[in-house]
Amino acid sequence: MTDHQRTNVHTPSQRPGPIRRIRQVIEYRELLGNLTRKELKVKYKNSVLGFLWSLLNPLLYLIVFSLVFQEILRAQVPLFGVFLLSGLVAWNLFLGGLTGATGSIVSNAPLVQKVWFPREILALASIGAALVHFFLQLLVLFGALLVFQHAPAWGYLPALVLALAVLLTLTTAIGVALSAINVYLRDTQHLLELVLLAWFWLTAIVYPIRLVTDRLGEWDWVALLNPMIPIVLTFQRVIYNPAVEDNILPEEPLSWYLRNLSFVGIGALLALWGALVIFGRLEDDLGEEI
Amino acid sequence: MASAISITNVTKKFKLHQQKAKSIKERFILAGRNPSIDFFALDDVSFEVPVGSTMGLLGHNGSGKSTLLKCISGTLRPTSGDIEVRGRMAALLELGAGFHPELTGRENIYLNGSILGFSRVQIDRIFDDIVEFAELGEFIDNQVKHYSSGMYARLGFAVSVNVDPEILLIDEVLSVGDEAFQRKCLERISTFQKEGRTILVVTHAADLVRQICDEVAVLDAGKLVTVGEPGDAVRIFRDTLAARGQAPPTELLQGPHATRTGVTLSDLQVIGPDPTTHTLRTGEALTVEARVEVESDVPDLVVAFSLHDQNGVLIHGTNTDVLGIPVDTRAGSRVIRFRVDSLPLLDGTVAVTMGAHSEDGSLLYHQLDQVERFHVSSGTRAAGVTALDIAVSTEPDST
Repeated sequence: MTDHQRTNVHTPSQRPGPIRRIRQVIEYRELLGNLTRKELKVKYKNSVLGFLWSLLNPLLYLIVFSLVFQEILRAQVPLFGVFLLSGLVAWNLFLGGLTGATGSIVSNAPLVQKVWFPREILALASIGAALVHFFLQLLVLFGALLVFQHAPAWGYLPALVLALAVLLTLTTAIGVALSAINVYLRDTQHLLELVLLAWFWLTAIVYPIRLVTDRLGEWDWVALLNPMIPIVLTFQRVIYNPAVEDNILPEEPLSWYLRNLSFVGIGALLALWGALVIFGRLEDDLGEEI
Repeated sequence: MASAISITNVTKKFKLHQQKAKSIKERFILAGRNPSIDFFALDDVSFEVPVGSTMGLLGHNGSGKSTLLKCISGTLRPTSGDIEVRGRMAALLELGAGFHPELTGRENIYLNGSILGFSRVQIDRIFDDIVEFAELGEFIDNQVKHYSSGMYARLGFAVSVNVDPEILLIDEVLSVGDEAFQRKCLERISTFQKEGRTILVVTHAADLVRQICDEVAVLDAGKLVTVGEPGDAVRIFRDTLAARGQAPPTELLQGPHATRTGVTLSDLQVIGPDPTTHTLRTGEALTVEARVEVESDVPDLVVAFSLHDQNGVLIHGTNTDVLGIPVDTRAGSRVIRFRVDSLPLLDGTVAVTMGAHSEDGSLLYHQLDQVERFHVSSGTRAAGVTALDIAVSTEPDST
């Protein structure tokens, strides 16, 4: 297949490979923007507060969890609300992106039956909407840092950028695959909720990772097998930026974070490749099964 | 001539399960004991759509015509075979598919445009044309959920035809909207035809096919039956329907009705045309007779009679109720005769249909559908369907 644009010949009977799929998505980037906007608009169309709602949610977390964990449970984590929220923003992006993506094709059934466009875009638009929420929540988080006069670890910023990229790749890989699988097996959505609930508590978001790694001793590397842990740890490192004596995060240099994230990143890229192959196969009958 | 769409040995196979597992739970429950059979929605279909032509895709429900259109538009992928499309293609969206009810008409136009692969700038350029064609005016900034179904359909059609496609796919959508808008759509289609664009229309409406298509492909049970000029193709389409014993292709009865046994028509004979050449001279008498057998008494009975031309257009349709002639409803066998003293038709082929149904049209007993055909020879060079006595006079212009 030569250049699609120039010759303007296309062969709908052929199953495109992952590279071609990515190229098609890039060609249709305008649609991605429009669908993401649509998702956000539709969500807030009938609410007075609109986008403020997405700010209220993390704000409430900040206040309630600070109260409960710091004042009632007396957790040995200073600024507990900030600690929780710095990991939670990453998790919420993962959770919101996956949940939205999984249902994205089924909920756009009329469109999928009638018109061709790269279907991955539906999943990507859900993840795009989750990304917008992520930035809004980050805004709340940085507001809290200002209020508490707490400085982030700017030196680790490159790791945060990488962590976000890796997180998006991972979310896209899983989300794209699940969006197609959910057409054939409709309870995938419900199963996902259960899996994510367990996964959430296995990821050191509500509790400091040191509580686990200290007990694991030599086996502490096992914790890093959970791909979300290196990502969440990076968020906590940069935004929450705990003092050494608080004993909350492993005291490791930037390179340690970058290395862990790279491993997860490579895994996520391989998963994305696999997801695109699976998606391509499931796409054959998508218009009929939906 | 070059082809806009090439379809080569396209087959689409579906696995049909007795019970379709739609969830992981059902997968487990049905594991190992859910036999499937292969169903061929398309079976080795090949044909070409020449550039600039209007091709009709005709078939009954389940013939595979929609599956083929989906394979061409890319929403389904064939199991084997090749499809090549040369040029920018747009599908006519059915009744606002792709519109989001919560968004305004304006927002939906941009969304829809980008679904068809257009940039914001490109849509900006045709935005006014779309609004004008859809006759939406100030409603364009209302949420689409407040639109009437007609407005919905108009907007959908307006976007598709204004995005300047080289190939337009139309799927059974011309039945929506009011008559004025339908006419407008047909006008736009004929503009497209004049501009040399390629159109593929999927339908089971034989009339539409005759009206707008250059060529027609007929599908039956996933197989391509014929590709040819509309008149022949429509006839073959009727034959395939008749062979399956499906709902009568010649619609004697409008609206829903049930079929019953109890009254049988047989021995239909056409008297008048020359027995060897099956040809009737214009103006000669035509008699059609058939045997009506009533098994047991029926409450009321009407015998219908109609003539169709070679394109399937109804020339004349009437029945004993319309003519005010009661038919004996008691059990027994009798012969019914329809006589036309002078047949005012020009050259062509005429097909005869006779049917027996109840007075209110809710029950169809029996129908002999276009079972007999004869030719009409006028001996004049006049063109058209009817033979008219025309007098011509000229006089000098005094002014």
